[in-house]
Amino acid sequence: MAIDKNMNVLIVDDYKTMLRIIRNLLKQLEFDNVEEATDGAEALAKLRAGNFGLVISDWNMEPMTGLDLLKEVRADSRLKNLPFIMITAESKTENVVAAKQAGVSNYIVKPFNAETLKEKIEKVLVHA
Amino acid sequence: MPDQNPEQIERAVREVLGSLSGDLTTTEISLLGELEALGREVARAKSEIAALRVDDINDRHIPTATDELDAVVEHTATATNEILDVCEGLEKLQTKLPAEHADALGVAVTRIYEACSFQDITGQRITKVVSALKVIEQRVSDVTRRFGTTESQPAPEPEVAITPETEGRALANGPQLPTAASSQADIDRLLASFD
Repeated sequence: MAIDKNMNVLIVDDYKTMLRIIRNLLKQLEFDNVEEATDGAEALAKLRAGNFGLVISDWNMEPMTGLDLLKEVRADSRLKNLPFIMITAESKTENVVAAKQAGVSNYIVKPFNAETLKEKIEKVLVHA
Repeated sequence: MPDQNPEQIERAVREVLGSLSGDLTTTEISLLGELEALGREVARAKSEIAALRVDDINDRHIPTATDELDAVVEHTATATNEILDVCEGLEKLQTKLPAEHADALGVAVTRIYEACSFQDITGQRITKVVSALKVIEQRVSDVTRRFGTTESQPAPEPEVAITPETEGRALANGPQLPTAASSQADIDRLLASFD
């Protein structure tokens, strides 16, 4: 199945530099419609107001974490099937298990490489 | 009695010693010896803590350390953003290069982007260190108030455990040390085990 690279992608991270890195890597993968949010609450507002095909979110943010954002997304009737990739330095088993139980589509541990990002995005969007 | 004020202990020791009169039993003599030793220990601890100049730790050393760490985060962020500026400039040049060179440049720029994510990890690690320093600062302050000051000063506030309000907050611990961290392959295996 072909991936629609014109879809809107929301990237969420409280480190502006990381947002810039992910945006540039997505651009190399030909995803040009990328929006940013710096915490879960801002991301949720954008998701509810817009039309996104993919969320790539950090975990550790204030005031709303990535896991809490994921739970809100899965509880929202319009957003519940939205592909959601967690991209985080939280690498403990309990974090991965909690994210999976909350409905994460895939999980990338920082530091990551471009190939891993590409692979996970393709996997998630093909199965969406 | 871990929270007992040392001044109160000292006073209690004096009162007990003062109340002892007449012939003493072996047990009372032993108790007296223990109390004297305890009194000496309290006095020694007070004098050692006073000699530590703990005010310097809270007023100067810890604020300086946290300021320095904040500066490290700021400088690495600035440097990383400059590197990213240059990379974005190089990407614009790609279209003007022969395909072979453009591809090589693209691969190199991607590797730089990947490497620049160090700034995020470094920032998170430094935040953890700053949090640890703040806990040390609070503990030093508590010890100072308990042992190194006069009775007229207020007793330290009891420590309140901060309960994370969400599961996401409770599990937010920041980066693991490399020896303890799971790899992407470990995580992929774990996720696959749910399928």
